[in-house]
Amino acid sequence: MSIIYMLLAISVVVAIVFFIAFVLSVRKGQYDDTYTPSVRMLFDDGVPPESSETQTDQPTIKNSRNQD
Amino acid sequence: MEKCFHCGDSCETSISLQDKYFCCHGCQTVFEILNENNLTYYYDLEQNPGITPSRFEGKFDFLKETSIANKLLEFSEQETHIVNLLIPSIHCSSCIWVLEHLGKLNSGIIHSQVNFPEKTVRIHFNPALLSLFDLVQLLARLGYEPYISLEDDNKARKHKDRSLIYKLGVAGFAFGNIMFLSFPEYFEVNEFWLERFKHVFRWLMFAFSVPVVFYAGWGYFDSAFKGLRSKIINIDVPIALGIGVLFIRSTMEVALDLGTGFFDSLAGLVFFLLLGKFFQQKTYAYLSFERDYKSYFPLAVTQLIKDNSATSKIEKQTQIRDLRPGDRILIRNGELIPVDAILISGNAFIDYSFVTGEAQPVGKKSGDSLFAGGRQEGGSIELEVVQAVAQSYLTQLWSSDVFGKEKATIFQSLTDQISKRFTVVVLSIAMLSLIFWLWYAPAQALNVFTAVLIVACPCAIALAAPFTLGNLLRYFGTYKLYLKNAEVIERMAQLNTLVFDKTGTLTTSEKNRITYQGVDLSDEEQSLLTSTLRSSNHPLSRSLYQWLKGNDIYTLDDFHEEIGQGVSGAKNEQRIYAGSYPFVNQSQESTTPIKEQNTTRVHIANEEHYKGYYNFYSEYRSGLKTTAKALTQYEIIVLSGDNDSEQELLSKLLPEKVHYYFNQRPEDKLNFIKNLQKQGKKVLMMGDGLNDAGALAQSDIGIALSEDINVFSPACDGILDASGFDLLPNFLALSRKGIQIIKYAFLFSLFYNLIGLGFAITGHLKPVVAAILMPLSSISIVVFTTLFTYAVTRKLKKQNDPTK
Repeated sequence: MSIIYMLLAISVVVAIVFFIAFVLSVRKGQYDDTYTPSVRMLFDDGVPPESSETQTDQPTIKNSRNQD
Repeated sequence: MEKCFHCGDSCETSISLQDKYFCCHGCQTVFEILNENNLTYYYDLEQNPGITPSRFEGKFDFLKETSIANKLLEFSEQETHIVNLLIPSIHCSSCIWVLEHLGKLNSGIIHSQVNFPEKTVRIHFNPALLSLFDLVQLLARLGYEPYISLEDDNKARKHKDRSLIYKLGVAGFAFGNIMFLSFPEYFEVNEFWLERFKHVFRWLMFAFSVPVVFYAGWGYFDSAFKGLRSKIINIDVPIALGIGVLFIRSTMEVALDLGTGFFDSLAGLVFFLLLGKFFQQKTYAYLSFERDYKSYFPLAVTQLIKDNSATSKIEKQTQIRDLRPGDRILIRNGELIPVDAILISGNAFIDYSFVTGEAQPVGKKSGDSLFAGGRQEGGSIELEVVQAVAQSYLTQLWSSDVFGKEKATIFQSLTDQISKRFTVVVLSIAMLSLIFWLWYAPAQALNVFTAVLIVACPCAIALAAPFTLGNLLRYFGTYKLYLKNAEVIERMAQLNTLVFDKTGTLTTSEKNRITYQGVDLSDEEQSLLTSTLRSSNHPLSRSLYQWLKGNDIYTLDDFHEEIGQGVSGAKNEQRIYAGSYPFVNQSQESTTPIKEQNTTRVHIANEEHYKGYYNFYSEYRSGLKTTAKALTQYEIIVLSGDNDSEQELLSKLLPEKVHYYFNQRPEDKLNFIKNLQKQGKKVLMMGDGLNDAGALAQSDIGIALSEDINVFSPACDGILDASGFDLLPNFLALSRKGIQIIKYAFLFSLFYNLIGLGFAITGHLKPVVAAILMPLSSISIVVFTTLFTYAVTRKLKKQNDPTK
């Protein structure tokens, strides 16, 4: 049953690893701004390369949306 | 009418481009910039997300001076500079997106990251490709004009206080682990393997609880000690006592092999208490409640330096703090006068409403002295500096000691008042039971004594106030009353006197009320007047024009503006004059002499006759009458820096009991509040300008009313958006309700304490009982207060709805 010492040691070490990860994340400022990242992740990646045709297309769609 | 595709305002003059309408060229330009750079996703994220860029020519010229620009940088190396800019106009996800894609607009921008709650953007840029000046210009052109003030001068990075998060993390970590380790002994007693291993478990729990007591919970010992030293028994005294006894007794039990100890209760207690603290700490990161004149004043100003060889003057950007008496400075239209000065040349028309409370801008002649804080409206003026910035009339106000002290230290919160009695009662119960057990069964006596102290630890009481007030704080926030901290609500409940500033607080700065007195103007004359005013840039002309806008407008044959005097316009042999009395009446017979005037007037005449004048009054807030009526239980005082011309009108709007004091200088206001407090009154001061700053700091609660919460407001306990002015009676009522809820919650938690005491006195407090009782009481208090505040706020919302 002395395996229990081993298990205890492992569980405590794992817990401490997570605790250190938490401290590091606070130190890096991850908890300073909890709002912006939630918005940022919803942006499409990169900027879609738009050709000149699509540029003239888009306004009509947008305009109709604006009127309602 | 079409809505502007960029900013969503209705378009008066329609400018269209690609089937889209724009309200002005500024908006159109922003669209063009974004469109050219494939950034129209900006308009897909949100509807009409844009901000109309304001005029900023010359405003940021001081950034061309590298010594000034470098002061703003957070980090600078050869290839990378980092700057953190406050941009008040950040308001939606489109803003975040476009500001984080600035690199598409200029290759000099390496990386940019928005902090939305703080409304700042941190930009990494390459100074070889883009100067800070160009960067700021680029932002301003997009409508994201950074706010740079004298406060930014000292760009030492403010150290963020994250200790509460660390403490919460430590306590939570220990709480979780200790709970697991204590479980086996709760369920299995005298089991063979458990008997062998329980010492390991116990010592591990001890190890985990050490940082809880000596790091996470240390603040309570510290605060209790400080309280006792100044002879106050605050809530932290019984808490510290509880934590201390829990730790010592548990350690003894483990060391002497008497039992498991109460480590889990200990960690849980500290964790819940810190959670309450964390919840109460709702901060509005982008609002500052500690501002002084520094964040109102610009960083730099245009200095005129005489060239020795020639007569011409060189313009140079100089930091405000480097200005010395005798220096010449140039102030452009819309700029702030940063120092006390004498007007040398130019047509000065100074808006002092923010500094003195005078409602209307005043004209100044060459040789007049100008005070710091006024805003020039009109053309450029040249000034000679009289006092350096730190010695100016306005900034001297800040040397008053009211700005130094914290209000919190004087105020004793409800929790602290109760904890005093509570501590006395608990200690006497503990002593009584100790005496009883010493006589009855001495072996148990110390056990019972410590059990009483443990179970009486007022965890639930300590949580009642933070959660109730924290909830209310958030609720107020949704109705645009932003309070500095939760304690302000407690102070709010005790108010009995309300003091209001007039200009900008009871009146709106948005529009003027104008009346006409004299010979009626014909329709033709009115249109002529309107057309004439349209061509003038003078503030009075502009507001009169706004008021007369319904009339026909045509192109004039002749227009003439005499700077500082008035305007005249002609069409079809008809001529009209508008302006000061001597100007409009110059060639005519003297009419009845005009009485000494307290109001601002614009006189009107045609070629032959003097017609009459327009009176300018400031407009009162629409809900003022009903709001004041709802506040009759308070003593109301109007304290104004303006003259008394409005008293008659105000007394019609406000209830009879209201007192009025006019011509109050900033120090007068401060002393007035001080006197009220000496009479034992609890005073709320509501003001908007720098002239109220002293009174706001002195009062029990200072609330700054602001048309736009993003612009400067003086140091205060709370900032109220002008649109929420009508709700003031509700806010005050809610604060009183909040205190009631806290009192009920106290009763509720006392009930738990009594149950616990029952176990403790009889000597039955097992660790497992404490482990159940402690979290149960905490959680039920949180639920209780949250439900109650929700119910109370809902009720008020319903009452409010019909009026809306």
